[in-house]
Amino acid sequence: MNAFCNFLKSTIGRKVLMALTGLVLVGFVMGHMLGNLQIFLGAEAINAYAYKLHEVLPSSALWAVRLFLLASVAIHIWAAVTLTLDNRRARPSGYDADRVIQASYSSRTMRMSGVILLAFIVFHLAHFTARVVPGMQYEDPGVIEETEVPLVKKGEAVLKNGEVVMTFNVNDMMISGFQVWWVSAFYVIATGLLCMHLTHGVSSMFQTVGLRNALWRKRLDKLALAYGWVVFLGFAMIPIAVLGGILEKDPSGGLVSGVMEPSESATLAQTEQN
Amino acid sequence: MEKTMNLTLKVWRQTSANAKGHFETYKVENISGDSSFLEMMDILSEQLVEAGKEPVAFDHDCREGICGMCSMTINGIPHGPEKATTTCQLHMRHFHDGQTITIEPFRAKPFPVLKDLMVDRSAFDRIIQSGGFITARAGSGVDANAIPIPKKTADYAMDAAACIGCGACVAACPNASAMLFTGAKVSHMNSLPQGKAEKHRRALAMVTTMDGEGFGGCTNIGECEAACPKSISLDMIAQLNRDYATAQVKNFFQPVS
Repeated sequence: MNAFCNFLKSTIGRKVLMALTGLVLVGFVMGHMLGNLQIFLGAEAINAYAYKLHEVLPSSALWAVRLFLLASVAIHIWAAVTLTLDNRRARPSGYDADRVIQASYSSRTMRMSGVILLAFIVFHLAHFTARVVPGMQYEDPGVIEETEVPLVKKGEAVLKNGEVVMTFNVNDMMISGFQVWWVSAFYVIATGLLCMHLTHGVSSMFQTVGLRNALWRKRLDKLALAYGWVVFLGFAMIPIAVLGGILEKDPSGGLVSGVMEPSESATLAQTEQN
Repeated sequence: MEKTMNLTLKVWRQTSANAKGHFETYKVENISGDSSFLEMMDILSEQLVEAGKEPVAFDHDCREGICGMCSMTINGIPHGPEKATTTCQLHMRHFHDGQTITIEPFRAKPFPVLKDLMVDRSAFDRIIQSGGFITARAGSGVDANAIPIPKKTADYAMDAAACIGCGACVAACPNASAMLFTGAKVSHMNSLPQGKAEKHRRALAMVTTMDGEGFGGCTNIGECEAACPKSISLDMIAQLNRDYATAQVKNFFQPVS
């Protein structure tokens, strides 16, 4: 165990941890983005997606994933903070004529983009996960028109044991959240910084674990740039579409017809159980 | 007609390691474009001596770009603005008449300033002492062709061995990281059959010494490679990372007695 601790204490060991936790988070943002983009498929799709995430898997599994992600973020930040402090100590005085030869802006501002991203993550979790931001407590009645909506599949409400399955109205929560201009602005800026962070990070993590050479550096740098932009556009598209009026609230939860026939609903319930 | 120029020099002066340093401004005139940067510094020193002042102390030795002794930071770039060029091989034709040149020592905690532009780079020697060697039978020389080495491997090792240990990588790095230097030394020896036997021990020992000397960590921004007078590649840092991680994993899972 002592040998392992020595590894983790070395500069390279902490950087390997940063790269591996970075890889987890790089994968997560892509999954999260693809999941969120379902809002363009309508209220029924995004609500069903949220329903699946929260209700289909046991809550212990959801919490296991959440804790894994939080631990990754914590380790990533711990490594970044301790390494930054070591780096500051190694260079107590700078140059009078400070010049950058070739390093990219994003590579030199990883700490800045990282700190702002952390602030964003805290706000984002308070905003849409815990829903505790004052004035945006979406679970309280009246904040959004319909807090609970039927779970909809192919335009019809899903029934379980003859009763309509209700789910949280994620669609209206997102749209109501992004209709506040400063919230949208913060989300767009934060995802822009995420793009910058990824532009350096996605290529850098390969270097840290030793899987890069001059040829692959060029390729990975391009891949990282593309990845950063895809993630940025994918995330930023949603608040922009809301402010542009392309995405609208749907208090019905995506129901095509307001009312259901009992016979139809019974068949639906049957299909659902199968 | 020979190009000559008048320059303003802003030079870091520090009387000793513990003294507080400051910048002093000097003027030099009629500097030939064909003189090297160090020759220009010599002219400055002669002027200072004639005026009864202390000359500027700076490190230099071979003046042909192979010893790694010259070390100043010129306008914020170690060894000055030319790519793959040491200060001694930098010619004044790359500057223009009337220019102000800021000359500072290499800046890093493990490279304390001794005097003016001279820094103590013995931290590098201690990294070498901890693993920059091979344990070989001493005695009659081995036949040059006794150990066949593929051309590609030999070329790679030669590229790594081009490192002259000047410390420009540390000086250019905002974290004062010695990863390019250590990477070059580890890559040089770990890629050749003579050095393979101690590959893992070497990576562990040299990184431990490097960290212990107080060098910072690598943030993969590549300023070291750009400043390196021998164009040592970032590939060497990737190999160091790879060899070090492999060594640690092997170390962890070695059989217990």
